[in-house]
Amino acid sequence: MARKVTTRRKLVMTAIAWVLGIMIFFPILWTFLTSFKTEADAIASPPQFLFFHWTLENYHEVQSRSDYFKHFSNSVIISFGSTLIGLIIAIPSAWAMAFAPTKKTKDVLMWMLSTKMMPPVGALIPIYLLFQSFGLLDSRIGLVMVLTLINLPIIVWMLYTYFKEIPGEILEAARMDGASLMKEIAYVLTPMAVPGIASTLLLNIILAWNEAFWTLNLTASKAAPLTTFIASYSSPEGLFYAKLSAASTMAIAPILILGWFSQKQLVRGLTFGAVK
Amino acid sequence: MGSISLQKVSKVFGEAKVIPSIDLDINNGEFVVFVGPSGCGKSTLLRLIAGLEDVSGGKVVIDGKDATDAAPSERGLAMVFQSYALYPHMSVRNNIAFPLKMAGMPKEEIDKKVSDAARVLNLTDYLERKPRQLSGGQRQRVAIGRAIVRQPSAFLFDEPLSNLDAALRVNMRLEISELHQQLKTTMIYVTHDQVEAMTMADKIVVLNRGNIEQVGSPLELYRSPRNLFVAGFIGSPKMNLISGDYARAQNAATIGIRPEHVSLSTSDGDWRGTVTVAEHLGSDTFLHVNADGVGPITVRAGGEFGVKHGDTVFITPDKSRMHRFDDKGLAIPAAA
Repeated sequence: MARKVTTRRKLVMTAIAWVLGIMIFFPILWTFLTSFKTEADAIASPPQFLFFHWTLENYHEVQSRSDYFKHFSNSVIISFGSTLIGLIIAIPSAWAMAFAPTKKTKDVLMWMLSTKMMPPVGALIPIYLLFQSFGLLDSRIGLVMVLTLINLPIIVWMLYTYFKEIPGEILEAARMDGASLMKEIAYVLTPMAVPGIASTLLLNIILAWNEAFWTLNLTASKAAPLTTFIASYSSPEGLFYAKLSAASTMAIAPILILGWFSQKQLVRGLTFGAVK
Repeated sequence: MGSISLQKVSKVFGEAKVIPSIDLDINNGEFVVFVGPSGCGKSTLLRLIAGLEDVSGGKVVIDGKDATDAAPSERGLAMVFQSYALYPHMSVRNNIAFPLKMAGMPKEEIDKKVSDAARVLNLTDYLERKPRQLSGGQRQRVAIGRAIVRQPSAFLFDEPLSNLDAALRVNMRLEISELHQQLKTTMIYVTHDQVEAMTMADKIVVLNRGNIEQVGSPLELYRSPRNLFVAGFIGSPKMNLISGDYARAQNAATIGIRPEHVSLSTSDGDWRGTVTVAEHLGSDTFLHVNADGVGPITVRAGGEFGVKHGDTVFITPDKSRMHRFDDKGLAIPAAA
């Protein structure tokens, strides 16, 4: 018997959902609004919500002081690059583990996941020294390598759970129907695997885009992505909230737009394994 | 076209010997059913024939050619899976057309064959739908359609009806039998349901723990089971198996008598017993009787035999239809 949902219950639930949603969204909204304030209005007390002097001055200032597009292109290269390389390595490995598992497969998966349990700072010194000796500090290629390795376990896990959902019998049916390995991959496997690969791709681009620990520690200026761009407004000359907000808005806008247009894939990606 | 021969075929998974060694000949055009309890190796045997599993030893010969090392796609066999295994991203039309496309057939010919198959299987109105928009029975038909379009030398069915409800199962059973009459193509059908085996097969292969217990027509197996396993497996309700003094008196370790070969009376007979359960099916009545000195016996009586729990009845086995088994469980041939 289905549980009876009363109107009151529905109203309460909706209200709770809205409150939670607004709580989560509020800091982003506040940052967005602050980016249009003057520095004085930004720290005014009591804070002003909408009725302040709207200005684009912060954006001009930020762009003139540091080159947004350089950071933007660094972010794009680092996040897309690391995700693509990650996928190239992860697709065959996840494939092998999903369709030809051995006794050790579960252990290998666990081991990969366990690398995510260590705080990254624990590996900072050795990696920093390695980067130094190989001349990789402040290079995009170095960052692509590090982020690929950092996100690889997640990519493999996600793909593994997706591939697991593809029933083996369908692949066997294709073989019985006369498909060669190449045709099996082209006509049956790929169409069934693409949604999973797309969600993994999206989620990992976002993770790599937002990654701040390694990008802040391993870059100075040349290879610095948007995370560094934001951070550069938080300290040198004291805090400038309005400019910091403008920089943040500019940094998160591209990924927010990407996320907006791929919501459906993304939700599936974030709940991977949970939804059949 | 469509003869299959297994020669000393064996299959080992790790340490487990799933199939020790099997020899079997399947003639062209036969409807062969592999039947047995779950885990008896029947599906494995089918997959060995299909080429989806590699044999650990022995040979698989299809149409006189050694196909032991041939890939599944090269064996010219079509398979219908228990889960139907339809391609979820393709329409019904493309699902059925897939094997033809793989064979590189020209488009007009594919279209014609697909619409022919769809007509035979009542799928014409559903050709543009996706598998998820179909009912279980329709999906099963699509799976069969995909198998028949390319005119394989043999069809392999792996428990194709076990996901359907009871009424639909009876229907599809008929449809598959009719299909076999029409196509006259070799069919190998795996099931754990002895009723499906009895009703559909030309030849039944009874498997138990990877060994063939007996091969024969449904009536051969019914009339003369070679051992206790086959005796207990074929027939519904199950054959009554009686051991003890009564069996010893007949020079056997176990006596088998089918429920339908026992006559029933309310006044006199060989054994006196008490009815524990009476199952009224309308056409038949199955009585579970606790017979004095013999034990529980199932008896098939006429549809309107009016007895109920606790009644006393007298039962007499038909001695000419009795099966005798020795202490190894093997049937003792009737003295001529």
